[in-house]
Amino acid sequence: MRTLDLSFRLRRGAQDLLIEESLPLEGLTAIFGPSGAGKSTLLRAIAGFERTGGQITFDGETWEGPRRFVPPHRRGAGFLFQTPRLFPHLDVAGNLAYAARRAGALADLPAVIARFDLGTLLPRRTPSLSGGEAQRVALARALLARPRLLLMDEPLSALDAARRGEILPLIEDLSARAGLPILYVSHSLSEVARLSVRTLALADGRVQAHGHTADVLADAAAAPAFGGEEPGSLITARFLGTDPDGLARLALPDGTPLWIPALAARPDDPLRLLIRARDVMIARDAPQGLSALNILPARVRALRDLDATSAELTLDCAGATLRARLTRRSVADLALAEGTACHAILKSVALARD
Amino acid sequence: MTLPDLGPLWLTLQLALIVTAGLLVIGTPLAWWLAHSRARLAPLVEALTALPLVLPPTVLGFYLLLALNPTSAFGGFWLRLTGETLTFSFAGLVIASLIYSLPFTVQPLQSAFTTLGRAPLEAAASLGVRPLDAFLTVALPLSARGYLTAAVLTFAHTLGEFGVVLMVGGNIPGKTRTVSIAIYEHVERIDYAAAHILSGILLALSFAILLVLYTLNARHRRGAQE
Repeated sequence: MRTLDLSFRLRRGAQDLLIEESLPLEGLTAIFGPSGAGKSTLLRAIAGFERTGGQITFDGETWEGPRRFVPPHRRGAGFLFQTPRLFPHLDVAGNLAYAARRAGALADLPAVIARFDLGTLLPRRTPSLSGGEAQRVALARALLARPRLLLMDEPLSALDAARRGEILPLIEDLSARAGLPILYVSHSLSEVARLSVRTLALADGRVQAHGHTADVLADAAAAPAFGGEEPGSLITARFLGTDPDGLARLALPDGTPLWIPALAARPDDPLRLLIRARDVMIARDAPQGLSALNILPARVRALRDLDATSAELTLDCAGATLRARLTRRSVADLALAEGTACHAILKSVALARD
Repeated sequence: MTLPDLGPLWLTLQLALIVTAGLLVIGTPLAWWLAHSRARLAPLVEALTALPLVLPPTVLGFYLLLALNPTSAFGGFWLRLTGETLTFSFAGLVIASLIYSLPFTVQPLQSAFTTLGRAPLEAAASLGVRPLDAFLTVALPLSARGYLTAAVLTFAHTLGEFGVVLMVGGNIPGKTRTVSIAIYEHVERIDYAAAHILSGILLALSFAILLVLYTLNARHRRGAQE
């Protein structure tokens, strides 16, 4: 498998980033962590904007190593910054052509303009664009340079939810359909859950966990990377059909049924569900007379105290890993321990797409 | 009233144009380096570049006279190469003015490059654009105001120089007699009418140049607010 191999230590002011990782060059890998974790620095080192003095190898090609430093413009690494960084002296068409001409990709222009719906923006001066429009142009411009790897540094952080909703499907499409490896820096759990195949959880300049996103979200070791963000579980379910009352019926990995509000999908479509730890309640016996739709049998795999009052449970549930956050008092009252059989009550299940 | 000899005026304009063009070329890499370098040497170079701002022109002129003299290494080399001395020649005047007006080019450019920052060039590099290409097609157009300011200040400053010219170039008609020296001479001879005309031309020219600069700047500011 093609990989991006990183081995370096980079100190910048208060930041001390130490990385020894091999990232598979496929799909979208989220680099997730709180601000100050070193996510942007990591991306800048890969792009060649920072010298690390260590080793960076892209698919067997040394980008940085002893006595070797490939400058950024020869790495073929596209970069989408937090702000669009469009060239203000060129209009939208000029920005796109600037990248396309140098990559010999002028022939791609019409298709990219259509795909990103930029036709009406072409004659606009870039300072007059809205944040969402500008970031769409920046993404199109990055692609026109025909990168071998796309680095994205929280490209949606400056946008509101509606604008994010316009751009997320485009990014989703890029990694899934175009097969372009993407490293995507984010501190938003819902973005990570929706977009990424793999996740690298980073906190305080150290990798906390790295692997398939569902595994990383289930991994207690990744907890520091979540910081203030509530952890959750990412579970892939299959769409079975729509019940007469309009609820969508899904099957969890072991076949256990689960219901969520109506959605449009084809049978057997895989759906990514994000279940936040605080939205999971635990009962020792199957509860009666409860309004919750989804009550699943589960077994405690691990139990961990978070602080003086709260604890986190890792549950084996319906063939997947589910995390739950409870008070330590509840854990004691219910006499929960590793191996305890119980029921998980899901107060809310969100499609990771939302 | 008879018109004074306008030769010094043309000579001065010629000098100012050559020096401005030369300094924009020399000043660009220097200002770029000063704006982006983290080298420990940078403050030293910056101080040397700014020195002509604070040094009395006669002091600068004195050292240049020593450096350009045919008995000095550089002056001697020039004499062997061209058969002419640098002191009391137009070429010497150009070299002296390049040094004298250097800060007026470098400081506006350095400030423009600092304001520009690394962001646009990083964006260009991420698109696979070579550094020189990125400089010419991104940094240069985005620093146009800095270049305009640098060109105008350098031109205007060279136009009015006196002390250095007198020290290095002397007062040779058609070769080194610039307009400010011609004015000085007219005044010495109590030919106030001629001094009036040349001074008036220089005043009007300097004012016109600055007016154009500030008008363009104001238009740019309004444009930026749109």
